[in-house]
Amino acid sequence: MATMIENEVPQGLNADPMIPQLYRIDRVRDETDDTFTLSLVPENGEAKISFLPGQFNMLYVFGTGEVPISISGNPAMTSVLEHTTRSVGIVTKAMGLLKPGDQIGVRGPFGSHWPLNEENGRDFVIISGGIGLAPLRPVLYFLMAQREKYRKIVLLYGARAPEDILFKKELERWRGKFDLEVQVTVDRAASGWRGNVGVVTPLVARAPFDPSNTVALLCGPEVMMRYAVMELQKRGVPHDRMYLSMERNMRCALGYCGHCQYGPGFVCKDGPVYRFDQIASVFGKSEV
Amino acid sequence: MTPKAPRFNNCAVLSPQQLDQLLQVLIKRDYEVLGPTIREGAVVYDHVDSTKDLPAGWTDEQAGGKYRLKRREDDALFGFVVGPHSWKKYVFPPAMRLWQAHRSDGLFQIVPETRKATKFAFIGVRACELHALSIQDKVFLKGPYVDTVYKLHRENIFIVAVDCVQAGGTCFCASMNTGPKAAAGFDVALTEVLHEGRHHFIVRMGTKAGADLMSQVPHEEATAADVEFAENLVAEAAKHMGRSLDVNGIKEILYRNIEHVRWDQVADRCLSCSNCTMVCPTCFCSTVEDLTDLSGQQAERWRKWDSCFTTDFSYIHGSSVRSTPRSKYRQWMMHKLAYWIDQFGTSGCVGCGRCITWCPVGIDITEEARVIREGETLASAAG
Repeated sequence: MATMIENEVPQGLNADPMIPQLYRIDRVRDETDDTFTLSLVPENGEAKISFLPGQFNMLYVFGTGEVPISISGNPAMTSVLEHTTRSVGIVTKAMGLLKPGDQIGVRGPFGSHWPLNEENGRDFVIISGGIGLAPLRPVLYFLMAQREKYRKIVLLYGARAPEDILFKKELERWRGKFDLEVQVTVDRAASGWRGNVGVVTPLVARAPFDPSNTVALLCGPEVMMRYAVMELQKRGVPHDRMYLSMERNMRCALGYCGHCQYGPGFVCKDGPVYRFDQIASVFGKSEV
Repeated sequence: MTPKAPRFNNCAVLSPQQLDQLLQVLIKRDYEVLGPTIREGAVVYDHVDSTKDLPAGWTDEQAGGKYRLKRREDDALFGFVVGPHSWKKYVFPPAMRLWQAHRSDGLFQIVPETRKATKFAFIGVRACELHALSIQDKVFLKGPYVDTVYKLHRENIFIVAVDCVQAGGTCFCASMNTGPKAAAGFDVALTEVLHEGRHHFIVRMGTKAGADLMSQVPHEEATAADVEFAENLVAEAAKHMGRSLDVNGIKEILYRNIEHVRWDQVADRCLSCSNCTMVCPTCFCSTVEDLTDLSGQQAERWRKWDSCFTTDFSYIHGSSVRSTPRSKYRQWMMHKLAYWIDQFGTSGCVGCGRCITWCPVGIDITEEARVIREGETLASAAG
């Protein structure tokens, strides 16, 4: 029924940014019990996928609703769009039931991105918790593809349990190249686990990076990022070299539904990635 | 905030009958003419066919949590201030379908809503409301994305502004520098004058379209004395505002007091009913609702006005970021008076007073701002 798609409906953001473009699910990969990665290809086959690490799309499940999901794929790949999400709400649960061949609506990409090109010659410390690793995976792809431009790269990652660790294959592969330091910790583990147990933030204190020449990228629960910022401050990383990905409710992603306001900004257009000094006045204040 | 003021060469004088002729010319030119009418015990904006539909001889009495219509002793057509409606309902509709989708064999197509360009004529737009429109223009038209619906409705509006010659009990436009005189953003502006048995309107032209319209309407030239008399009426209204808000440094004051005890005190009174956001002429928040029919094959998306006072508004991951009246009220007021300035380079408040009048418990943004400001002054005096 491909003819269903071939109509005069204006496609793309030029016409009306509230109209989703249709994509087809090419592959569904289960990452953990409740987390999965969708590989999407545009129904309009000519469209090239283009995004910057840290950006997100609005994904629409037919009749159910639309949610913002960060892009988790390799920014160098222009044929497939990848999103990793956890089934928590009505829409993401419905998304988890989709199969290859099903369609999904996509609007985007939206928002700011992680600082990458302008940070040659620096150490990178990447701190993430849970599903917060998804918007950082494009960064890891990007950094590893031009590894020689950067100095130390450290990933500190906290998951609930060993079976909740995302992107195991990629992490093992990158760690196997001996030039990416990966430290993983879990909240709880059975007796077979020999790694760290506990929250991720104490790992910052002894992580191998040079605070005077480091860029820190943070994504995870706000409470995790709050303690991570404190630990980074203790090590002497300046505010203007810490970057955080924030999350708020979003309905339009275009800057005028008002839902994603975070203090003086809109997470959809000023974020989701903020340099810490941009939000320091409101960060950590309750219920802002 | 004040846009560039247009230059007026001559002012005109219209009688009430000639004002009606002006409306008839607009109707003849295919404008949908909208203006103040009386309905449900309030002045609301609706379709008008002639000046007979305007609230002749009515005024309003407003205070915190109170709105009453009263008879005037004259037949003034615009002898009131603002009611619960604002013009935003025409450019930013309270509920509208964005698109439909149809599914068959597991595949779907999205069909955008087809919309016709509208041609609205707004009659009786107050100075505060002109500012509100220009503020919403910044939100919907000047960002990285343009809202297609707003743009469609906004483009062809013909605006007949009316200066306020009396101030309401909850008005504070004079302190917000947004009124009571219509300064810009209109095609023609009227000052209604009732004096010594005469009833007429002094007309200023704001645009070529306004001047062109006036050329089709019989009128007299205004004398310098006519114009001066009208200006004095407006200047007098500025002195009788029911409220005032000191905006000097208000953004910085609120940022410094994000944890002020006053937020807890106002939360004891606030019902989180969202009335203030519904009546506010600048509030722009919306939500989307996705619906399906019983077959599950037809879906629609609607956009509806939303309010930062609902708990759903800030929902993520199983809970709401702002779940208490304290944080909801703080978000609303800080947005109006502080965040808005960083977001759009203008205050989000135009001093129309609607949020005070229509608050069921009479919470007063000017009083809340004053208490927080005075707390700082006292603290610095004590320190």
